[in-house]
Amino acid sequence: MTDLYQSQRAMRNMRRAAMQRGVIAILDIGTFKIACLVLRFDGPSQLGERDGVGPMAGQSSFRVIGAATTRSRGVRFGEIDAMAETERAVRTAVQAAQKMANVRVDHVIACFSGARPRSYGLVGEHMLTDRVVTEQDVARVLAACDVPDVGRDREVLHAQPVNFALDHRSGLADPRGQSGNKLTCDMHLLTVDAMVVESLLHCINRCDLEVAGLASGAYVSGVASLVEDEQELGAACIDMGGGATGLSIFIKKHMIYADSVRLGGDHVTSDISKGLQIPLTVAERIKTRHGGVHATGMDDREMIEIGGDSGDWEKDRRQVSRTELIGIMRPRVEEILEEARARLDAAGFDHLPSQQIVLTGGGSQIPGLDGLAAKILGQRVRLGRPLRVQGLPQAATGPAFSSAVGLCLFAAHPQDEWWDFDIPADRYPARSLKRAVKWFKDNW
Amino acid sequence: MTRRDPAPSRLAYRLQRLWLTPLFRGFLRHGVPALAIMLFFGIWLGNVQRRDALVAQFEALKSQVEHRPEFMVTMMSVDGASPALGDAIRKMVDISFPISSFDLKLKAIRARIEGLDAVAAADIRVAPGGVLQVEIRARKPVMVWRGPAGLEMVDDTGHRVATLATRDARADLPLIVGQGANKAVPEARAILAAAGPLAPRIRGLVRVGARRWDVVLDRDQKIMLPATDPVAALERVIALDQAQGLFSHDITVVDMRLPDRPTLRLSDQAFAARQKALGLKP
Repeated sequence: MTDLYQSQRAMRNMRRAAMQRGVIAILDIGTFKIACLVLRFDGPSQLGERDGVGPMAGQSSFRVIGAATTRSRGVRFGEIDAMAETERAVRTAVQAAQKMANVRVDHVIACFSGARPRSYGLVGEHMLTDRVVTEQDVARVLAACDVPDVGRDREVLHAQPVNFALDHRSGLADPRGQSGNKLTCDMHLLTVDAMVVESLLHCINRCDLEVAGLASGAYVSGVASLVEDEQELGAACIDMGGGATGLSIFIKKHMIYADSVRLGGDHVTSDISKGLQIPLTVAERIKTRHGGVHATGMDDREMIEIGGDSGDWEKDRRQVSRTELIGIMRPRVEEILEEARARLDAAGFDHLPSQQIVLTGGGSQIPGLDGLAAKILGQRVRLGRPLRVQGLPQAATGPAFSSAVGLCLFAAHPQDEWWDFDIPADRYPARSLKRAVKWFKDNW
Repeated sequence: MTRRDPAPSRLAYRLQRLWLTPLFRGFLRHGVPALAIMLFFGIWLGNVQRRDALVAQFEALKSQVEHRPEFMVTMMSVDGASPALGDAIRKMVDISFPISSFDLKLKAIRARIEGLDAVAAADIRVAPGGVLQVEIRARKPVMVWRGPAGLEMVDDTGHRVATLATRDARADLPLIVGQGANKAVPEARAILAAAGPLAPRIRGLVRVGARRWDVVLDRDQKIMLPATDPVAALERVIALDQAQGLFSHDITVVDMRLPDRPTLRLSDQAFAARQKALGLKP
């Protein structure tokens, strides 16, 4: 646990150093594509309040100066499968983004969607010695959270205090300076497979880059695509990626739950490929050009050339109607959404006051998806696109880039995490120099 | 058909990152060309012959420019000097014309000309038309000094102007005599200016002990002036003379060295006559 604390703190310091230097790279390692954005931080925003923009989520403090996307290789279910291949893909993306930005980046913040995230709700309790809450008390109550047995080979990715309660007053955002007797805190802990994180770090390090932060893909796409009132009142973001579909639930501007379904757009593609007996690339092209989930009478007449390279005239002149294509795609999309529904139900999403669901990610671009999703997930479903950030190319503003954009916002304004607070003074190692200094101060 | 791998090789990736490093880029853009130029000149100038040739070429070019007719000086003209002094200056400067004005060391020439006793100041310049213009302010002799080195003319600061063969050559100038007399020329001039009616009778001034003045008159008469404020003492003597006809009496010396007690010295005959008249001596 202390190792994690140290390494996360080191990452946080690196992020700060990168901000000081002004340039940081964003790396979204997905199953279908790898996106790299280069951000330049140039102090406070140039946009004045008069533009009606304001600081918002901090997206006016930086500017995207380089953007590149490349086909992902060696990634399955949002996890690195063949490291050398992934490394090449990362190199391609980073090089192209650097070339566009015409600046060298050394620090990178990465996100990934797989690695079987699991959420835990933690509660900590601390009796105040003197009736006013100080920073040390906050640190103590965070330290008092009893960490569940997360299992072997699991690593903590996020540990965010989401709520503080003082005696019977709950919902405090910042309890410091308030008086009471008992301070309680709720913390959201997100753990992922350690091996996946390790291979990701190794892969990035092999590209001569330093990791200045890691985030869950589900979390950052929620940050980017949920608007402010949705984050405040409670909403779920479903990021339909290539190999994994991430879910995150937000309330009061904090993520309280995240999970991922190991199904995604690639499974739709492979279904098409198997069903129509065509290569994966052709299947991908047909899916994006003609795909859909609602068949109408018109679609019976729309014939799609699927072709083939076999040399056999009969096989190379095959045609399918769009209805057939939809018939292949729809069950898989339904399966993904039902799986997501099951996860949301398990998390108790139906107890939330507002049950807005936002669909984002590359998979959400299937025409008619919102109608299908409304049947499975409930009426309050909308399609989400990421927030606009300065300098982002038009090609990278679609829903497929919501986790990349969310990572930008995360880089500009990270959520306070457990390791951003001080270690309580009495938890320092016994040989700590600080303790010796404190002893001298107290006694002399 | 195999697709080419779009990914950059590890080396290409590293090189691109290196190229994007600002320091490296600056070095390659400015440092390397500068170093190459320096290296080229270093090697080229490493050879003694080339270096000498370069210097010789430069010198030739320089002299070619310097010896253009626009820069040549063909004659010297001396203004404000007597013919004798002008000849002396010409002889001393000793330049073989024509000469380039770059080769003229005007300061040195001026110092040499001003080294002459008869020259108070020299103004020297190259005038248009290739003329070396020397304007002389000659020293003006105001007195003749009979000093250890013989007869000399001195100007109003006491500086030597020229040697004089005979006193008669400049009978118009007053004479001063004695060691250190030239150091007190202004005082002597003040005394002479104050002489007034006595002026025609003054034969000269004698500096005594490099300290005070004696005014020597004709008929072997002499006025001894004090070291301090000699003009006032002289004016008293003149007043005495005008009131009582002092010098018409048979006296040889009027001693004003003690201002409170002027003393007269009679000639021998006058002294004897006075003794006799007073009945002190038969």
